[in-house]
Amino acid sequence: MKIRAQVAMVMNLDKCIGCHTCSVTCKQVWTSRQGMEYAWFNNVETKPGIGYPKDWENQERWQGGWKRKKNGRIVPKQGGRLSILAKIFANPHLPEIDDYYEPFTFDYEHLQKAPELSTAPVARPLSLVTGKPMEKIEWGPNWEEILGGEFDKRSQDYNFEAVQKDIYGQFENTFMMYLPRLCEHCLNPSCVASCPSGSIYKREEDGIVLIDQDKCRGWRMCVSGCPYKKIYYNWTSGKAEKCIFCYPRIEAGQPTVCSETCVGRIRYLGVLLYDADGIQGAAAVEDEQDLYEAQLKIFLDPNDPAVEAQARADGIADNWIEAAKRSPAYKMAVDWKIAFPLHPEYRTLPMVWYVPPLSPIQSHANAGAIEANGEIPDVRSLRIPVRYLANLLTAGAEAPIVSALERMLAMRIYFRRRQLGEGGGQSVLDQAGLSLAQVEEMHRYLAIANYEDRFVIPTSHREQAEDAYGLKGSCGFTFGNGCDFGPPHSTLFGGKMGRRKLTPMRPLDT
Amino acid sequence: MLSNAYVNTLLFGVYPYICLVVLLIGSLIRFDREPYTWKSDSSQMLRKGQLRLGSNLFHYGVIIVILGHFVGFLAPHWAVDWALDPVAHQLLAMVVGGIAGVVAIVGLTVLIYRRLADPRIRRNSRKWDIAITLMLWLQLALGLLTVPLSAYHMDGVLFEKLTSYVKGVVTLDGGAAALMIDVPLTYKLHVLLGFTLFLVSPFTRMIHIWSGAGVLAYLFRPYQIVRTPKTRAKEPVRS
Repeated sequence: MKIRAQVAMVMNLDKCIGCHTCSVTCKQVWTSRQGMEYAWFNNVETKPGIGYPKDWENQERWQGGWKRKKNGRIVPKQGGRLSILAKIFANPHLPEIDDYYEPFTFDYEHLQKAPELSTAPVARPLSLVTGKPMEKIEWGPNWEEILGGEFDKRSQDYNFEAVQKDIYGQFENTFMMYLPRLCEHCLNPSCVASCPSGSIYKREEDGIVLIDQDKCRGWRMCVSGCPYKKIYYNWTSGKAEKCIFCYPRIEAGQPTVCSETCVGRIRYLGVLLYDADGIQGAAAVEDEQDLYEAQLKIFLDPNDPAVEAQARADGIADNWIEAAKRSPAYKMAVDWKIAFPLHPEYRTLPMVWYVPPLSPIQSHANAGAIEANGEIPDVRSLRIPVRYLANLLTAGAEAPIVSALERMLAMRIYFRRRQLGEGGGQSVLDQAGLSLAQVEEMHRYLAIANYEDRFVIPTSHREQAEDAYGLKGSCGFTFGNGCDFGPPHSTLFGGKMGRRKLTPMRPLDT
Repeated sequence: MLSNAYVNTLLFGVYPYICLVVLLIGSLIRFDREPYTWKSDSSQMLRKGQLRLGSNLFHYGVIIVILGHFVGFLAPHWAVDWALDPVAHQLLAMVVGGIAGVVAIVGLTVLIYRRLADPRIRRNSRKWDIAITLMLWLQLALGLLTVPLSAYHMDGVLFEKLTSYVKGVVTLDGGAAALMIDVPLTYKLHVLLGFTLFLVSPFTRMIHIWSGAGVLAYLFRPYQIVRTPKTRAKEPVRS
């Protein structure tokens, strides 16, 4: 057994209000640069919908993730090493920028400079790729916001697999939920496996997956290799970029920007200890529906003295072990079993997990008697089909989802009765398999969601950290050589790469 | 003018070494000092369209052409002579090189059309991106022109002369340039443009050829890469 630690994230979808604050703050910090306008390290999708980039969940089309061969080994779905190298000149599974959206701005200058007209001047959209006016904006990063568009389009959603989807096109039966997405910082990342240059790596000490920008050669195999489509090709710099889990903040014990700014307090960050020797076995189990359980099994109990001793022997610092004991991620994923990985069937063992959302009881059930399962309403009468959530979170296994939804309902029923002084909540808890202590803790973490409970992040150790002395007085975190602002200085090798002359917006004060 | 003895020595005796030194030292400096600029610079993301056809034809064709040049010119006599007489050797070079050259130039034509005609690609091309593709097209065209020319010299003498010249350059033979003095112009231009491509490579996207060879290491590495704090600490801080 080789124990490693990872800072994992859990998102409580039950509380996501779809405000996109996470996406916007992330973009402001990391991707507000030319070549990355179209890229959102964090984005929020309205489900059902085909998502961003279009149809990303359809791996028959994009060939992301792993496939299990008959001999029980797994290889990247887009092909083994030779096959990947053979496709290096033109990656047949690479999305085009239009699959995300053509980045645009508006001709604001025209509003101020237009001559007197009989009608109000209009700011036309300008493409940030060509600088030319666009006739019509056809797609955007959040085009399906709150079920925008027709049911025909959003019903192409891959998660409708084995769901009788036609009835959900009717207005009174429709349902929706938000799905914030970022890089999963997988235990078995297929982007790392797909990189011909070997430029992508997982950090041993906190599990963050990063791209070495100096080693990336822009072969683009990681973009198709990642089933979550969370690696983006910077079309200006020619390098691949991805969510860095705000590692400079994590190292300092601070939550990621998306977590820090989350208005709904839905994000949790905590340490998970796992058995690194178990990764291959867990990723290669035969039945896709067993992948969730297999991944759960390699998470280790930090309160087990044997685990603690082994972790220490494997070089994990005491403050990390202490943090693992108080980890909200461990409580939600392992203790309460209410959090699940996103699309475990891709076999990447993702480390951003989700608590499925509750939804209103369907109106037809509401009109008559609510079908109850003991004292808990039947979760199958909830508006969001259980099968849909199962396709999203457990490769279609419904039992774990049902159990999680029941536990969350039980918590609500128990606390409502207690609040109203009705009493008698114990039978509800028994039915859901929760102890009193557990439900009180669940309530504290899920409903109150204090900052200190949501984020338990140990700092990295000074003696292992990068020596930042040489960076003193420099530009801070930049992409490439030198600062990201100011006039480009030219060098022997064609000036600063990553800055081409393309500025459709003209400054007004010149 | 190209047959003037002094000019001949300059162009075929001195110039090749200038080009090779710039190629090697320039690449090394860029790799070491400007690693962020070292990339293949693909434009596939902006427009898939004809790229798949053009890029595959061009790259596979040109790889065969380049490997053919290496083997054909640099293989020592004892490695070739037991299997092929000079005439057969020349014929093989003309057929294989000719076919691969046609495949490559068709692909490159598609790529150039795409680069110039598509506003997305055109707008985001550097001057060198366009210049280098045009130079490569010209070089392929010159190379293909030598195929019918060679058909007039099927005795293998001219072919042997060119082989000796390339070997002379590689083995630092100062007298090699003299071999080129009465070689037909097309060959001279092909050789000169070839060395010029070496000369400009470190300043263009051509450096990705080095990495193209480097990715073969991918075949032998494990799928997963984990970096420990210790291995990272060895890397220099870049600002």
